[in-house]
Amino acid sequence: MSQIEGTVDNPKRALREQDRSMPDKENRAIFAVNAQRRKLKEQVFYYLIFLATLSALFVLVYLIGSIFSDGWPYLNWDFLTNFPSRFPAKAGFKSAIYGTAWLGCLTLFFSVLFGVGSAVYLQELSAKGRLSSGIELSIATLAGVPSIIYGMLGLGIFVRFLALGRSVLAGALTLSLLILPVIIIASREALKSVPDSIRMGAFALGATRWQTVRDHVLPAAIPGIATGVILAMARSIGEAAPLILLGALTYIAFVPESVFDSFTAMPIQIFNWASRPQAQFHDLAAAGIIVLLGFLLICNSAAIILRSRWRAK
Amino acid sequence: MSSKSQLWAKVSPWQRWREELVLRALFICALISVFTTLGIIYILFGESLQFFAHVSPLDFFFGREWAPMFEPRSFGVLPLVSGTMLIAVGALVIALPLGVGIAIYTAEYATGRWQKILKPTLEILAGIPSVVYGYFALNKITPLLQAIYPDTEVFNAASASLVIAIMILPTIASICDDSIRAVPKAVRDGAYALGTRKSEVIAHIVVPSALSGILASFILAFSRAIGETMAVTLAAGATPKLTLNPFEGVQAMTAYIAQVSMGDVSHGSIEYQSIFAVGLVLFLMTLGMNLLSQFIVKRYARKYE
Amino acid sequence: MVNSHSSSILETRNLNIYYGEKKVIRNVSLKVPKRTVTAMIGPSGCGKSTLLRTFNRMNDFIDIFRFEGEVLFEGTDIYRSKTDVTEFRRRVGMVFQKPNPFTSSIAKNITWGPQINGYRGDLNELVESSLRKAALWDEVKDKLNDSGLALSGGQQQRLCIARAIAMDPEVILMDEPCSALDPQSTLAIEDLIHELKQNYTIVIVTHNMQQAARVSEFTAFLYNGDLIEFDETSKIFSHPAEKLTRDYIVGRFG
Repeated sequence: MSQIEGTVDNPKRALREQDRSMPDKENRAIFAVNAQRRKLKEQVFYYLIFLATLSALFVLVYLIGSIFSDGWPYLNWDFLTNFPSRFPAKAGFKSAIYGTAWLGCLTLFFSVLFGVGSAVYLQELSAKGRLSSGIELSIATLAGVPSIIYGMLGLGIFVRFLALGRSVLAGALTLSLLILPVIIIASREALKSVPDSIRMGAFALGATRWQTVRDHVLPAAIPGIATGVILAMARSIGEAAPLILLGALTYIAFVPESVFDSFTAMPIQIFNWASRPQAQFHDLAAAGIIVLLGFLLICNSAAIILRSRWRAK
Repeated sequence: MSSKSQLWAKVSPWQRWREELVLRALFICALISVFTTLGIIYILFGESLQFFAHVSPLDFFFGREWAPMFEPRSFGVLPLVSGTMLIAVGALVIALPLGVGIAIYTAEYATGRWQKILKPTLEILAGIPSVVYGYFALNKITPLLQAIYPDTEVFNAASASLVIAIMILPTIASICDDSIRAVPKAVRDGAYALGTRKSEVIAHIVVPSALSGILASFILAFSRAIGETMAVTLAAGATPKLTLNPFEGVQAMTAYIAQVSMGDVSHGSIEYQSIFAVGLVLFLMTLGMNLLSQFIVKRYARKYE
Repeated sequence: MVNSHSSSILETRNLNIYYGEKKVIRNVSLKVPKRTVTAMIGPSGCGKSTLLRTFNRMNDFIDIFRFEGEVLFEGTDIYRSKTDVTEFRRRVGMVFQKPNPFTSSIAKNITWGPQINGYRGDLNELVESSLRKAALWDEVKDKLNDSGLALSGGQQQRLCIARAIAMDPEVILMDEPCSALDPQSTLAIEDLIHELKQNYTIVIVTHNMQQAARVSEFTAFLYNGDLIEFDETSKIFSHPAEKLTRDYIVGRFG
């Protein structure tokens, strides 16, 4: 053991002694050689991470590009206004677009009502206590639950227990629960960024907590909340897994007329077309994806505009 | 003064009652999260218990064959777990170096113009629905793999891994970016003052200091990869198989759940119950990982404050 | 000390205040006389703002706040009375360190408080009279629908004073109302305080001794949570009874 230590130690000591004895010139020469190697390493390192970054950019461009080149020829008025069909040439996206629109409106209603409500309660009104921390714990937990599990919840609670069946309403409620944590977290951030001096000013005028929140805090936080809500909605529009669990159908040759009607949705229809063996259906899927991405683009642009306006304020 | 004070109404009981009502309503909104969590646990455990009345947990957790549809039925969950793991580990192996590289680039090198391109790029990648990635994997990545390695099956784990790697890339990159930026300037300055180069400072000082955040991002991304459904259903196929070969088709847990619910399975049948048992395993795995990543963040996050 | 003076409107009796374990106000008994300006001075962290905030219970929003003793408003214990706390806050107005107008219009800034407190009078009249009393009417009468945030800092602070006046309070608490303002605006606010003391009782916290000397009739000197001295301002600044007060006033510390 001591021998090993000795062998390890010796060269070091030798080096040190060498250092001391070495004239300055040679010493500098050693540093210079070392510097060149280090410079090379520096450049390799830089290009490696730059390459990693470029790869992300490349993937995005290729993904969007290939989908557009596949789907663009199929994207026409018939595609948007026809119902699904066994024949690719006749198949259209109408019921999926309507279904997603129905789902989107209902999900927006429920998720804003419950999400902003809980954010206001947790951020502005609740006393810190065991109950609040229990609520916060469940929000943190829910934020990490895979979307397919929300589908199982929806299947058990909405479809079976509340007997809503495979309806738009059941789908929207499920999606609302899915994006609830996102909306709560974003809304709380927006409320948090409202300066306390506004609250104090209102309280000093004899306002109650709710009056203060309703008339001053909430209006000031609305742009931030809206940004979060829109981004969450964009997520819910693209979700397919929970809807598959609920039994959203793919061959629906009608549009929902009430919240109790069965439905399909854009991601479900895309999934169905993509999983078929015929190549023509794959191109239809690509056309559907273009429509879906168009919806999402509108949502996200709205969020970006809101966010920049809000920051400017 | 006294005549003036008549202009002010006293707080009426009705007003107080209304305020109380609003507070109660908001409180109920806040409780929905708790009920959702409890609901998930109740549904998963409830149906799983019925499942385990027919299938012994021992056979379920340690069985090496998953054949729920044909006689003789067999409910060994290991092939599904291994399918999920094969895909998720593969995705992580690809996404991990790329994600950290991107984070280093955006946090340390990127200047105005690149910054302006990269942030939206990652946001768009994060915002694309998973069914789109599934389409991409099946129609673009798999043909590419087949061109490189002709024995690649039409449904294979590798294309699912690749596409999930793209999906989790933004998660890893943005969390790592945050934690790299959180390393204080003083720490870097100390290193620069010794004449170290930027890459050396990053490799030896910055990345180790940001390690907790980086680790948390891996775990979070892993949990996302495990829970991903549409891409694995479309790309990896529906053949439950114990294999380590990424070019074969496998079935992930989520893909099984999706497959069963697309079929015509009657409520109360053993297939119906089996998806909840698989869902329970999935839930517990993702929950464990999320708790772990939260723990890491909490434990180490405040190091510099 | 000043117990012989005209009837008091605010009073503390053996008041102790704690923030968590820390005692920030020690056994303070103080009577604020009606229709006067009372200044509270002392080095930062001496507890003067904390004491001010007990008069309209704004400390309630601090989780770790705890107190012993009594705080009386016109003889009623405001912490133990059954009357709603919002009723006390209506009658004891407050102006904060930094101007904090609401994001709504100038007129709305004035009317919101009266509206939620069930004011039955004419709101337009109230806007005008409040802004006049706050010496802001001439500057804003043509832009009542503009945002309150569009005003200058000094105007914002006068808007906040107008907002407090609109509630028809008996007391106005001012927590370093000029600390965020330029000298010109400070002067305007000080003039305003002189006007207002005809009708209101004003308690002002300030770290500026000249300001205390200029605007107040009574001065309380606090140090480290203790009320060291409370007397007529002229007496405090010319013949303070305590050595500590004298040292602070001549600028030996603080």
